[in-house]
Amino acid sequence: MAVLVYAESDNGNYKKSSFEAISYGRDLADQHSTSCIAISIGNKGSENLGQYGAHQEVNINGDLYQSFNPNVHAKAISEIANQCDCQIIVFSQTYSGKSIAPILAVKQDSAIVTGVIGLADTSGGFKVKTTAFSNKAVAHVQVNQIKKTLTIIPNSYQINSYDQTAEVLQLEVNVSENDAKTKIVKTQKETGKVALTEAELVISAGRGLKGAENWNLVEDLADALGAATACSKPVSDMEWRPHSEHVGQTGITIKPNLYIAAGISGAIQHLAGVSSSKVICVINTDPEAPFFKAADYGIVGDAFDILPRLTNRINELKG
Amino acid sequence: MKILVCVSVVPDTTTKITFNDNDTTFAKTGVQFIINPYDELALTRAIEIAEQNSGSVDVITVGEPDCDPIIRKALAMGANEAFRVNAHAVNSIFVAQQIANHAKNNNYDLILTGRESIDYNGGMVQGLIAGILDLPIINVVTELEYKEDLIEANRDIDGGVETVSSSLPCVVSAQKDLCEPRIPNMRGIMMARSKPLTVIEPNGDFNYTQVEKYELPEAKTGVKLIDAENAESLIDILHNEEKLF
Repeated sequence: MAVLVYAESDNGNYKKSSFEAISYGRDLADQHSTSCIAISIGNKGSENLGQYGAHQEVNINGDLYQSFNPNVHAKAISEIANQCDCQIIVFSQTYSGKSIAPILAVKQDSAIVTGVIGLADTSGGFKVKTTAFSNKAVAHVQVNQIKKTLTIIPNSYQINSYDQTAEVLQLEVNVSENDAKTKIVKTQKETGKVALTEAELVISAGRGLKGAENWNLVEDLADALGAATACSKPVSDMEWRPHSEHVGQTGITIKPNLYIAAGISGAIQHLAGVSSSKVICVINTDPEAPFFKAADYGIVGDAFDILPRLTNRINELKG
Repeated sequence: MKILVCVSVVPDTTTKITFNDNDTTFAKTGVQFIINPYDELALTRAIEIAEQNSGSVDVITVGEPDCDPIIRKALAMGANEAFRVNAHAVNSIFVAQQIANHAKNNNYDLILTGRESIDYNGGMVQGLIAGILDLPIINVVTELEYKEDLIEANRDIDGGVETVSSSLPCVVSAQKDLCEPRIPNMRGIMMARSKPLTVIEPNGDFNYTQVEKYELPEAKTGVKLIDAENAESLIDILHNEEKLF
């Protein structure tokens, strides 16, 4: 048996979360004294995946794989899993990973565990920690099935470094256009922006910014830091910002190293989406804002005054 | 046009989460339950499409009898018929298998779900149903149109949006922005009382996974306040002490 990890790429570059998933897969493989195989589909990144822990790597390419199709991807991965006798399959929990994983789990008749935030405890069976109740709790999940499909939350596992080169396997799969089932009409992508779910640094703002026209303050700070931008629910409801930036219980959940929130009071629904960030900084004019209780650093002050000063200080440091 | 909407009953978003029985079960006492917000969007859009195409909408949930009043709300919103699989929802595979069993015998053109439930956040049921029934899936959809035996949908992808078309039958999951959730009116509430709610017994146990216990995340130890006069020092702390950039 072996551990198979899906290494997702975007425009010919591997995602950082793929390296986390590979390191996770390698640590699992070491626990089971077996090998870790990385599989990429379509135009892959240029790195050899051995440095993150893969013993072997396989790339499936061709016209069929130029766009993302969960049915096609799941079938290809399932065939490789069968050929290489992989009982554990690891994904990063991205939009694509979340779409492929369940279809694959049905094909493999495997258990499926999502929201994984830590390495499995294999001392008595197979137990993993996952997020539950929109990050308001952690669940310990016991997996009873021999075959397992896991999706790992981005930014929750470290990237290991190995002095090795993965052996490249040449394998074929039998997937055809008929497996695609859906057709892509068009794709619109924002380029040059840091993807929010994968971002290590996030600058976020709420109603305290008073209007969409003031978002340059947030964007300037984000640009200076190389951070992604996010917002609270009211801000996306009022269409000051696109819903793809809404973090919170009914938006997306993020786990960056740094979360700076300006003009957000910190309702329980918002905290659910961001509370597992490593360092939280809150800027708010109201000293009683509930967000301060969930923060590491706080500034009681006006975002209009504070944000530009933070941006300037970063630019000074960068010289 | 026959549509099935899968609905999950979840704690209200303002709920403070606590546990009972040595942290093994979610403490339901005093908690208000609602239709999962994403499922509500799926249901609203399903009703709109059915109304425009003289179709019908069934709702299905997997849950115990205390779900019934919440499922009635789905009927009050405009669904025609409700089904409840009478079981505790152990895991997403169990839930998907029960729904697939029902769908198999009922020739639905479209199966709609929310993109995830806000309690377990798995977001897997839709993909599992598609896998079990071997149907196409369009996941995390912000726009959905029905065009003569074909649907077209906008789905969220990492860093953008993609427009996808599919033949029917098909599985689609709803994301925020799909529509404004419909609020039941008095007539709907009255009519819901006489609409059928059928209880189905579950089939198979699928205990592939189970939750052994829960814990609450560690609370922050306390905020360090920085004087607004000295706001710039926050950047120095984040750079020098926290080494975040």
